[in-house]
Parts: sequence; C-alpha cells; structure tokens
Amino acid sequence: MSRLKLSGISRSFGAIQALENVSIEIAPGEVMGLMGDNGAGKSTLVKIIAGNYRPTNGEIRLDDEPVEFHKPIDAQRRGIEIVHQNLALCDHLTAASNVFLGREPMRRFGPLKVIDYEKMRSTSARLFARLKSETRPRDHVRRMSGGQRQAVAIARTLLSDAKIVLLDEPTAAISVRQVAEVLDLIRQLRDHGIGVILISHRMPDIFAVSDTIAVLRRGSLVASKKAAESSPEEVTGLITGAIEHA
Amino acid sequence: MSDTLEQAIGQAQHRNALARIANLQVFWVFIAAVLACLALSFLTDAFATERNLFNVARNFAFVAIIAVGMTTVIASGGIDLSVGSTVVLSAMVISVLMEAGNPFWLAALAALGAALLVGLINGVLIAYAGMPAFVITLGMLSAARSAAMVLSNNKMIWEFGPDHDLLLWVGGGSTLGLPHPLYVLVALAIVMSIVFRWTRWGQYVFAIGSNEEAATLTGIAVKPIKVSIYMFSAFTAGVAGILMAGWLGSVTTNLGTAMELTVIAAAVIGGANLSGGEGTALGAVVGALLIEVIRNSLILLGISTFWQGMFIGTFIVVAVSFDRIRHASS
Repeated sequence: MSRLKLSGISRSFGAIQALENVSIEIAPGEVMGLMGDNGAGKSTLVKIIAGNYRPTNGEIRLDDEPVEFHKPIDAQRRGIEIVHQNLALCDHLTAASNVFLGREPMRRFGPLKVIDYEKMRSTSARLFARLKSETRPRDHVRRMSGGQRQAVAIARTLLSDAKIVLLDEPTAAISVRQVAEVLDLIRQLRDHGIGVILISHRMPDIFAVSDTIAVLRRGSLVASKKAAESSPEEVTGLITGAIEHA
Repeated sequence: MSDTLEQAIGQAQHRNALARIANLQVFWVFIAAVLACLALSFLTDAFATERNLFNVARNFAFVAIIAVGMTTVIASGGIDLSVGSTVVLSAMVISVLMEAGNPFWLAALAALGAALLVGLINGVLIAYAGMPAFVITLGMLSAARSAAMVLSNNKMIWEFGPDHDLLLWVGGGSTLGLPHPLYVLVALAIVMSIVFRWTRWGQYVFAIGSNEEAATLTGIAVKPIKVSIYMFSAFTAGVAGILMAGWLGSVTTNLGTAMELTVIAAAVIGGANLSGGEGTALGAVVGALLIEVIRNSLILLGISTFWQGMFIGTFIVVAVSFDRIRHASS
C-alpha cells in the first residue's frame, strides 16, 4: 500500500517544461527527502501535490485511489498538508488565528455564527505543547522568532488528520536547537503513520530523518532510492549532474 | 515549558490592559481630539454650543462613514481613490430619478446599485485582472464623476419630486437632537467592529492585507473577498452620497471633489496601515472626528482655512511616525 503515488507527472508552462514524467511513491510512515537545485522543479512538484497547479499529464493516487485536485482546498480535504518555505503566515494575526486560517471553527451566538476564539486558542495551545514549542496562541506572529513561526506553520498541519505532510525547507532559517526540534517533529509525524516529504538543501537534515531520497534535475527524476544505500556525495553528484542517474 | 497549558492559553506577551490600550493609535488620536475640544470650549464661546456641536457631528459623519469603508480596503492592502466620485454618482442618480418623479426608496436603491456597480468594476479589475488598486481606482475617480456629469448634463438639481421633503429629512434632519447621518455612522461602525472581529470575512480581510499569498495558499477565496471589499467601500460612499444630497438640498457635479483624500487621511490617522493588515472601524470614526474638530476649530478661532491642510498633513505624518516608533520599540 502506498500513501501517495505519483505516476508520470508532467507540467509545462507555455514552452517551458517544468516537470517531465516524474513518478514517486511514499508509504505510510515513510519520510522522503526530495532534493534538487534551484529550478529543478521541486516547487512545481510541491504545488501539484498541494493542488495549486494541475499536472499537464500523469496521475496522482492517494491511498491507492486516483485523485484530482482543482484547488488547494481539495488537497487539504483529502489530507495533504503543506508547510511552505515562506511559511505562509499572516504577521498581523495571532498564532491561533494563523493555525486556523481558512478553517476557523464557528459557534452560534444567538442568530449569528461567530468565530470560536476560545476553541482556537485551546486547540492551538495543545498543538504547541505537543511540539514542545513555547509559542503562545495569543501572540502575534510579527513578534515571533523563526523557530516559533515554524512551530505555528507545523501546528497547522497537525490540525487535521493529515495523510501526507510536505515540508518545504523547514530548517533553512532557524537556529541549530530548533533544527533538532523540527527533525524530532518529522519523526513524530512519521510514527503516526503520516507520509512526510521533506524538501531541503541541507544534506545532514535529509540524511538524519529520510527513509528514501528522490533527486530532481531539470524537471526529471534522476534518482529515487533508500537513504541507507546512498550517500551525501552521491546525492550531490546527482543534483549537479556529475552523476547522470542512480 | 515552565507554565501550564492553561496559562499559555491565557497569556499573551502584552497582557496588561492599560499597556494594550496605550499601545493603540486610536487611543492617542482620541485623546488629541478630546484635548482639542476642551481647549476650544475654553478659548471660544461658539464651540460648545448645541448648534456647533450638531454641525460638527453631522459634518464628520459623512467622512467617517466612508472612512469605515476605506479602512476595510486599506486593511486588505488596497486603496480606493474613487470614493469621492462614487459619492457624486450616487447623489446624482438619486437626484435625477427623484426629480423625474420616482419615489425616494426606488431612487435610493438605484443610487446604491450604481455605487455597488462602481465597486464591482473596481474589485473585478483589481482581483481578477490583477491590476494595481491605485491605478484602477484612479481611473474610476475620473470615470465615475464623468458619468455623473453625463447623467445630469452637468446641471444643478434642487427639486426632488414628490418625496422632496423625505430626502431632505433623511439627510439633513435630526431625531432626538442628533443628526441622521450620525445614526447611520454609529450603526455602521458597530456592525463593522463586530464583523471585523467575529466573522470569517473580517478575519480574511486582515489576512489578505497581512499576507495575500498566505491567504491564497490556505485556501481562502481571496478574489471574491477582494471584490466584496471594494463593493463595500463603494457602498459606504453611496450611502454618504444619498445623505449628502439630502443635507445640501441641491446636488452639483463637484460634490465630493477631493473627498477621497480626507477619507484616506481619516483612516490613516485612525490607525489603518497603508501596507495592510491593520485598521479598526472605531479608528476611522475617531480619525474623521479629529479632522473635523481641527477644521471647526480653525474657523472658530478665526484662523484662515488655508491652514487646514497644514494641520491635517501634520497629523497624518505624526500618526504614521507614531506607528513606526510603536513598532520599532516592540
């Protein structure tokens, strides 16, 4: 059984072929490290899985069932959660509001339906506690450190019953201590049977948590293999093109 | 983590109520307006009279009503320069229709419809065609006023048909000693304060202004919401247009000229952040109040009204620099 299976995914923007015939598979509780240089097609692949773009060709299967996403909300409803590189947080809103952005719980207030701030605060506080983060639900994101912001973005993925969590450069701009925490969190997601796709330029982070490694170069998949059977040197070669295929 | 979950839920970094209030721009602008009123009460006999206070309350209501709409636009990261022209279009539509013998309610609905159409065009071009709000609404500033001129053949209208007195009562009358535009303003400000805080729409306005890309990525329907924001702004201008037609008792095509600048000034002085994500309905009201008090005080103190722009300009700069200082220190 596979959590997520992409077969023959291609995507072009006018004359530019951003992705060509990419096939990857992630099992439940598996962490896949996705690597590639800038412009290799990682972001396009992420956006296809997230429902931002539709593939020109190819098929996406979730739990062995073919799916088609027209909008990000479609992917989200099916259990695909994304932590974007720029974290996609609203600086002027509180941590709790950011965790629930786009899916605020409502409660009845007489004839009206109003946002249930109480529930948002208590749920997000519980999620932050689970992440061992000191982030507070009422704090504004504007005043937070990089690690706290990361916690907010990751807490958002835990809100629903995610099957797949995509993390786009989660360790790029945070302190060493926070990197260890984020990696711990990825292991925690994995232990809950969630398939994790980790996109990173940081080789040590990839090898610390990944079960499999996939490498993209110029829109094509040049490697997809067990992390234990690969090495940072080989992956570097694959990314740059020094090694053609593996 | 040293404290318990309950403490974490309840706690914010700035939880002291006094400190939070003192951190609000609205608070300081309100204090400035109150101080100006107090000073005027001592300096002139004319200020604290019932007649003058009535005039201040009515005059500032028009600007404040539109400033509530403008605050919504600004909080979403946009700008609406076409509100002054929407005012004259709305006023002209109701005048022309009433002059032709139509009842007030029909003409008022048509005026609001015209205003909403202006907002719809603005919103669609900004949200779906992805054009800058500044450019689109600048174009609309020109186009909507031109439409009002075409509609009226650039004539003054002062006869409003069978419902003439009703229109004058709606815009210029008073109930329980308070001018009608003030009732409209209070109702609008209360409703929008609730909407901003307690509805998804309100939350999304600020989310879009704070980080539009993030709002899109989380699946918020950014484009329809943006259209609705510009329609709301135009709606407030349309309401003000109807009220102003009734208050003045005559409508010319230069009604509301340069009003957008006063409205934006009121919103910004009241704490709306031109880069998006911040603003309150109360702030818009207080900002408009301060501007009117300044204007009124200059007249009463016998200072040339030519100085008015200098004072308002200074207040805009002070308000924005205050905002900078506040953010830098936190």
